[in-house]
Amino acid sequence: MMQLAVRPAPLLSVDDLVVEYGLGNKTVHAVSGVSLQVARGETLGLVGESGCGKSTLGRALLQLRRAKSGRVMFDGQDLTAMEGEALRRMRRRVQLIFQDPIASLNPRRRIGDIVAEPLIIAGVKDAAERKRRVHEVLSAVGLDPDLVAGRLPHEFSGGQCQRICIARALVLHPEFIVCDEPVSALDVSIRAQILNLLEEMKARFGLTLLFIAHDLAVVKAVSDRVAVMYLGRLCEVAPSEQLFARPAHPYTALLLQAIPVPDPDVRPAESVATGEPPSPIAPPSGCRFRTRCPRADQRCSAEIPALRQIGPGQFVACHHPLA
Amino acid sequence: MSAPLLTIEDVAVELPTPRGNLRAVDHVDLSLEAGRTLGIVGESGCGKTMLSRAVLQLLPKKAKLTGRVMFDGQDLVRLAPDSLRRLRGRDLAVVFQDPMTSLNPVLTIGTQLMETIQEHLELDAPAARKRSIELLAAVGIPAPEQRLAQYPHQCSGGMRQRIAIAIALSCEPKLLIADEPTTALDVTIQAQILDLLAREQGRRHMAMIIITHDLGVVAGRADEVAVMYAGRVVERAPTSALFKRMHMPYTEALLAAIPKLDAVPHTPLPAISGRPPDPTRPLKGCSFAPRCNYASGRCHEAKPVLTSAEMPGHLYACFHPIRMAEGIEA
Ligand SMILES: Nc1ncnc2c1ncn2[C@@H]1O[C@H](COP(=O)(O)OP(=O)(O)OP(=O)(O)O)[C@@H](O)[C@H]1O
Ligand SMILES: Nc1ncnc2c1ncn2[C@@H]1O[C@H](COP(=O)(O)OP(=O)(O)O)[C@@H](O)[C@H]1O
Ligand code: SF4
Ligand code: SF4
Ligand SMILES: [Mg+2]
Ligand SMILES: [Mg+2]
Repeated sequence: MMQLAVRPAPLLSVDDLVVEYGLGNKTVHAVSGVSLQVARGETLGLVGESGCGKSTLGRALLQLRRAKSGRVMFDGQDLTAMEGEALRRMRRRVQLIFQDPIASLNPRRRIGDIVAEPLIIAGVKDAAERKRRVHEVLSAVGLDPDLVAGRLPHEFSGGQCQRICIARALVLHPEFIVCDEPVSALDVSIRAQILNLLEEMKARFGLTLLFIAHDLAVVKAVSDRVAVMYLGRLCEVAPSEQLFARPAHPYTALLLQAIPVPDPDVRPAESVATGEPPSPIAPPSGCRFRTRCPRADQRCSAEIPALRQIGPGQFVACHHPLA
Repeated sequence: MSAPLLTIEDVAVELPTPRGNLRAVDHVDLSLEAGRTLGIVGESGCGKTMLSRAVLQLLPKKAKLTGRVMFDGQDLVRLAPDSLRRLRGRDLAVVFQDPMTSLNPVLTIGTQLMETIQEHLELDAPAARKRSIELLAAVGIPAPEQRLAQYPHQCSGGMRQRIAIAIALSCEPKLLIADEPTTALDVTIQAQILDLLAREQGRRHMAMIIITHDLGVVAGRADEVAVMYAGRVVERAPTSALFKRMHMPYTEALLAAIPKLDAVPHTPLPAISGRPPDPTRPLKGCSFAPRCNYASGRCHEAKPVLTSAEMPGHLYACFHPIRMAEGIEA
């Protein structure tokens, strides 16, 4: 097993990142002190329920949303301190794929132009070169460039739109891609196609990925390590197989239990008592998971659990981790 | 065996489109007894929603419906509009994928619940209010009294779906149709909503149809499963028989495509290649033939019809069924 924690200089390193939104006179604590690292060539999965701050974190990595505090280092450079042209140049190396493939494509533009757009923004002036690159990535994602380049997004299914989004993200040959729930809006059959495609593209273009999803089984299929997030904070980070075999955080265990198992002999576990996450406007004191946690005690409401190492590559933020 | 509560007989739905006639549901037969759960599974666009709308008589105006839908002794297709309206919401209830389809954004949750209850049951306002609070509590809404005064946008997606379920259950329906009730929700909330539906169903001896694209959702929760493809039911069986001895290559492929928790990371998923056929251009042979690993020349020439398997209640439509003989590995 790879010991990812001891690898040298990570490609991406996030240090105590805080991102907030103003809402009237209130503050939404979307990301509250997240630290993580992604090694070159690695896929880090990021899971958590709706609203826990996954997309906010992803966008803050790319500086599409500026953090309130904390640092994002990419290949040794501090993105949080960068502006203007330097940031624009950096952004070619990091790309984003969205959850809703259809909504993220301009309905009035042709596929060829949509995929070529990042090249134009990056200043590739030679039209023949642009066409060559667009053809290259469209073929790579399994679409026939001659058939699709001239057509409009509404002529394509959700799965095909996601292929187009992936092509657009690849056209500048980035090193790092944040995939924000790329398969959540897709049917199981198409979901498998897109997951396989992402794996192929990763190998072919030597990519590093942050793969965001709310479904642990989906995340496991593609990730080397997995980070579990709850209400703006990380609960647990561990190599995929270890996380699934021995979850240490009670929230990880809850997420694992919730996955529907396609086997009629496996009775679904009773889930009723768990409720929904509290509001990130007024997160609980101490451990943010304590209002739903079966192991919570007084210490959990008084003291914020720090993310600490409990095994090879395994980190957990809990006062009473599972054995 | 008691007489079924619902019998769908040779139901077909056609929709006129600019590309030509679209056969959304292609001669489907199904039945369901009181107190039982039927799962309907299939990819997006295979006709699940159109079939459920045919049962509810809520098809688009231009749709052409043929066949019979016998519910509790009457044919819904031929029922007068006002009798239908009375039936829907009382004996026949529905929960949609997007809860906002059944919730009114400008009315409070209390008003919506109480209106439904008072429209169908003879209760006065205080009694309807009391019942609304009980229902919200039953579907797991904390502080239900305070929720009554709130609007749908003040609730999370999971809460909204619970409220839509409370409204659907409010008049003790005999049949509840849940069309992808959890597809828009997180896995944790999905599990809670599915548990809630199962619990209420058991308690009320209600019949239920759960529609989904994910075989995992129906595995532990349906008594029987019908797999649809391109408008047709292509396999139908008691749930455990379907999972253990599926005969349709399509069912096998749908199950294989689900990422498994016990799989090693980076194992390529057995995806189904391509897409379902264009429903305005029906194929001459088996609709699954272009994507099927077992297809032969015959599959492209003729349509397989639903055939009984060795086990009672198990039907499949395939020329080259899989896992037929005893002892073939499952
Ligand atoms: N522009 C905004 N203004 C105010 N609050 C916001 C804004 N964007 C997001 N939020 C809030 O910040 C929190 C984190 O949101 P975020 O979109 O990052 O969650 P997520 O984990 O990606 O959820 P999902 O699974 O639904 O995509 C949520 O409570 C959300 O409502
Ligand atoms: N209002 C409509 N007008 C025309 N075609 C429709 C309409 N609604 C659905 N369809 C088509 O009918 C077929 C079945 O759709 P639907 O029942 O919604 O599928 P599912 O619920 O299985 O995803 C699809 O080809 C779909 O595009
Ligand atoms: S710190 Fe306490 S409340 Fe938080 S997860 Fe651990 S046991 Fe539960
Ligand atoms: S009839 Fe032929 S094409 Fe259709 S599912 Fe069976 S083997 Fe495949
Ligand atoms: Mg998001
Ligand atoms: Mg549907």
